[in-house]
Amino acid sequence: MSAGTFAPRPGAAPMSRMVLAQTALETRMLLRNGEQLLLTVVIPAMLLVLFSAVDIVSVPLDAARGEEAVDFLAPGVIALAVMSTAFTGQAIATGFDRRYGVLKRLGASPLPRWALMAAKTLCVLVTEVLQIALLTAIAFALGWSPQGGALPAVLLVLLGTAAFSGLGLLMAGTLKAEATLAAANLVFLLLLVGGGVIVPIEKFPGAVQSVLGLLPITALSEGLREVLRYGAPMPWGDAAVLAAWAALGLGAAARFFRWE
Amino acid sequence: MSNDPAVEIRGLVKRYGPKTAVDGLDLTVRRGEVTAVLGPNGAGKTTTIETCEGYLRPDAGTVRVLGLDPVAEASALRPRIGVMLQSGGVYSGARAVEMLRHMSRLYADPLDVPALVERLGLEGCGRTPYRRLSGGQQQRLSLAMAVVGRPELVFLDEPTAGLDPQARRATWELVRELRADGVGVVLTTHHMDEAEQLADEVAIVDAGRVIAHGSPEQLCRGGAENTLRFTGRPALDVASLLKALPDGTQAAEVLPGVYRVTGDIDPQMLATVTSWCAQHGVLPDGLSVERHTLEDVFLELTGKELRA
Repeated sequence: MSAGTFAPRPGAAPMSRMVLAQTALETRMLLRNGEQLLLTVVIPAMLLVLFSAVDIVSVPLDAARGEEAVDFLAPGVIALAVMSTAFTGQAIATGFDRRYGVLKRLGASPLPRWALMAAKTLCVLVTEVLQIALLTAIAFALGWSPQGGALPAVLLVLLGTAAFSGLGLLMAGTLKAEATLAAANLVFLLLLVGGGVIVPIEKFPGAVQSVLGLLPITALSEGLREVLRYGAPMPWGDAAVLAAWAALGLGAAARFFRWE
Repeated sequence: MSNDPAVEIRGLVKRYGPKTAVDGLDLTVRRGEVTAVLGPNGAGKTTTIETCEGYLRPDAGTVRVLGLDPVAEASALRPRIGVMLQSGGVYSGARAVEMLRHMSRLYADPLDVPALVERLGLEGCGRTPYRRLSGGQQQRLSLAMAVVGRPELVFLDEPTAGLDPQARRATWELVRELRADGVGVVLTTHHMDEAEQLADEVAIVDAGRVIAHGSPEQLCRGGAENTLRFTGRPALDVASLLKALPDGTQAAEVLPGVYRVTGDIDPQMLATVTSWCAQHGVLPDGLSVERHTLEDVFLELTGKELRA
């Protein structure tokens, strides 16, 4: 490098270029992380295949309509995929970004904080598209015949993403990275079992059911099931539960998130 | 380029709970100069620099960087400054060149990444993730990230901590190049030699205040006295030597035949001492003048070892 190389020429890149670059980097970091892929891709895909092939949890199916186990499972597994990326994966990754000073360092760059958050959200959405494409392909191979419209399903997925992102960021921004790692995995496991993902919510006692019905994972899996299994129009009750969690989670995250 | 200072800090106070980290600190940094903030661990160096970077809000006092408030006018200031944190700041799974390329994309007119990679010897990092790079490689990456956006002013928080001597010299060389190209540098260090080698201006910080500042030469000259030593016959008439020397100078036979003169030693005084020796038929053996270092200055000011 010759004389004059470092001569100051300061300036921020255009916002669109910054957000795009940040999204690409966040997505590369996620796809490179083996544990994250296990959580977001391998576990949902395995559950879908395993529970379709083996009758582990007996699900009442409508034989007259030619229903198969996959018709029950696919909406639940899509909900699980959304939770694994927007909540568990995002909480763990952001927790460690914070711990390693990445959020702090980027805070001194021209990238505004809202743009960093926008990039993280875009990264989650890109990942969800890849996940859902893969899981849908597997489900079709297993004989899935979805009903209903795509629009209500997409709307539910977006609301679910907002709800889970808020909760994930709240956890990442307030707990230590190791605590976030442990808690996010524990919550993932509990909600996987109790949130209507692979075990029908009707299997639980009545009193428990009404509580479980207020969880974001239950609202998303049951809502998607209403649409994709029964062809129902937009399930507004489930949408309202997700919207409430989104408002609560994102609000609390905005209030309590600590950058370092 | 305007003439107002690169950094202007007045009466900065920053507390963490009951502990006062910075206690009424004043500092002015001129544009295009290298300023070293020197002090022991816990003196308030990092708190001061992180206030300039906009990470911390002052509890009292004012901070202006390039004429801007680092918190309220952060979005205007950030593109113009470069920051090297004391540690971390990189995704644990990111590769060195990947991270540097990413940082470059956040700026309008960044440096050429391959050239910077070569300049800082980061080619060898290859596909290794950041968490498995050596400490020296991590430091050099962090330094590269601070300069890649062509800032007007860079803040380097202990840029050579944990580096081997060769890597330290390479970092010093880069700081000199930045200065030569008109980039202002504020660095913290607890190495005296680093401040002496690099800085136009040194601010010595202790217990959250600037206790002395000036160029390394000014600091070493002012306050601290220099020493002249020589060996000769025992029991020379020191009183007659003292009479020949300016007021305020001290002379003593510290051991039999070992003489020490302390004061503001200049060439004239050296000539006076040697001619006095000639009059007494003494060949001043091992004649030496010891200039005070910043280390001595620091010790005199604080009564503390710097590296403690």
